[in-house]
Amino acid sequence: MYWNNHIEKLSREEMTEIQSISLRDLVQRVYTHVPSYRQKFQAAGLLPVDIRGIEDIHKLPFTTKQDLRDNYPYGLFALPMSEIVRIHASSGTTGKPTVVGYTKRDLNMWAEVMARALTSVGVTSKSFIQNAYGYGLFTGALGVHYGAELVGGSIIPTSVGNTARQITLMKDFGTSVLACTPSYALHIAETMRETGIDCRELPLRVGIFGAEPWSEQMRQEIQRQLNIKAYDIYGLSEIIGPGVACECTEQDGMHIYEDHFYPEIIDPVTGEVLPDGETGELVITTLTKEGLPLIRYRTRDLTVLNREACSCGRTLVRMQKVMGRSDDMLIIGGVNVFPSQVESVLLDMGMAPHYQLIIERIDNLDKLTIMVEITEAVFTDEVRGLETLEHKLQKKMSQLLGISSKVKLVSNKTIERSEGKAKRVIDKRKI
Amino acid sequence: MNVIQQISTFVENCPGAFREILQVIRSNDINIKALSIADTADFGILRFIVTDPDILGKILREAGFIVKKTPVLAITIGDKPGTLLTYVDKLSDADINIEYIYAFTTAAENVAKVVVKVDDVERAMNILRNDKDIKEALQANDTADFYW
Repeated sequence: MYWNNHIEKLSREEMTEIQSISLRDLVQRVYTHVPSYRQKFQAAGLLPVDIRGIEDIHKLPFTTKQDLRDNYPYGLFALPMSEIVRIHASSGTTGKPTVVGYTKRDLNMWAEVMARALTSVGVTSKSFIQNAYGYGLFTGALGVHYGAELVGGSIIPTSVGNTARQITLMKDFGTSVLACTPSYALHIAETMRETGIDCRELPLRVGIFGAEPWSEQMRQEIQRQLNIKAYDIYGLSEIIGPGVACECTEQDGMHIYEDHFYPEIIDPVTGEVLPDGETGELVITTLTKEGLPLIRYRTRDLTVLNREACSCGRTLVRMQKVMGRSDDMLIIGGVNVFPSQVESVLLDMGMAPHYQLIIERIDNLDKLTIMVEITEAVFTDEVRGLETLEHKLQKKMSQLLGISSKVKLVSNKTIERSEGKAKRVIDKRKI
Repeated sequence: MNVIQQISTFVENCPGAFREILQVIRSNDINIKALSIADTADFGILRFIVTDPDILGKILREAGFIVKKTPVLAITIGDKPGTLLTYVDKLSDADINIEYIYAFTTAAENVAKVVVKVDDVERAMNILRNDKDIKEALQANDTADFYW
């Protein structure tokens, strides 16, 4: 089953031609409308005419998350705000969130790639899609939502949380497709077992899971526990959220919708482009985006590209499951967390920046414990004084990080001091 | 009855933490007169009464512990049913909150020693000192030295 039979089965030559046309147009657009890009091109001695086709893409400079922050909120937008019909943002990492604006055409494109993704895992106009991604500034939920509507399925926008109710609706509404983070899927499965609901009696057949890294073993677990086929979907909020790439029923890599998103793999240290089959950082150029086009955006996600023909018939390049991050960013419960955010909270509260993040997966959900060193300035000999401090820290942390955590006070000088590479993170999750 | 300084420290609730602090205290030849531990699942607060709290505070701080000095009421009361209630009555009537308390009896002297942490130590002290019932009770225990 294909949503876009023509594009999804293009020959390599035809795809290269489409990509080349789009890239030339993109470079001209950002050169004309985005001062920051123009300056970068000029600094590299580049003019739009120097980019004749996709083979010249390596001449263009990289774009990083820092560029988005430096131009916060709208500095990199390539069209006036009157053309922007939707704004999404990632969690504020070091204070400022990453803002992405979409034109009407961008939203249509997003729905189109999501429709391809959903169709390739078997979603049809007869499907009931329960969307348990969080609705809001986060891109996950609305991406699935518009894609499912375009396919013509019936979307059930439950958003995340209230697991018991999710299960009731699954039963009552006849949900056949579940979309959420993989860890939440396992949590749902467990809640079903606890409440004595047999998933084999539900019409649920397909799961589309993304927004956090998950392993092949986790796939097997989800498939076994929910009695479904579980598929991986890839995206990042800076590009469009979910829908950059998605697995097909072969479950052997995610097809990248490369007529819209041109992928490269680079060595994260040298920036050198690596050949297919080698592991490196994924770099994406948004060939067709209008609102916030990104040129050679460094995703920091580590993966491998594979251009071999897929037995599903699609000719689109495939990327492997993301195997990690090239920077220190953590993905906890689907949310991006940087250790430095914790540091800023501590300093704000007059505490020492000595902390450690411990991440575990308990009952299939990510649990974050933040160990914080006590200081004389905040120490009190009353238990409730220290408990109040823990709660206050906990609240501040969850406000800034966007996920809940447990703060645990520890003795002073017990956390390794930052000399060179401090051991700030202990990730006990087995993905 | 007196206001004395209590030394408290933070310890993690894990094996060996208490021993470590006791080792520091012993190696400095300090005798503990009274001790209490307030504990939670994650951490504990150790509270010490010693003859020279300033020296203990300095030693612990130098050994890397977090230290706090807190004024507390030290009261020697008669070892009889209802005596403690007399004191607590007076504090409650004055709307003074008792944050925590630890107490023990010494059979030889027939008295009980009580350490009380209140939210307003000065006011608590004044109220108790000027109370008729308490005055009498205190005189009965005049000879008792809190520090033994």
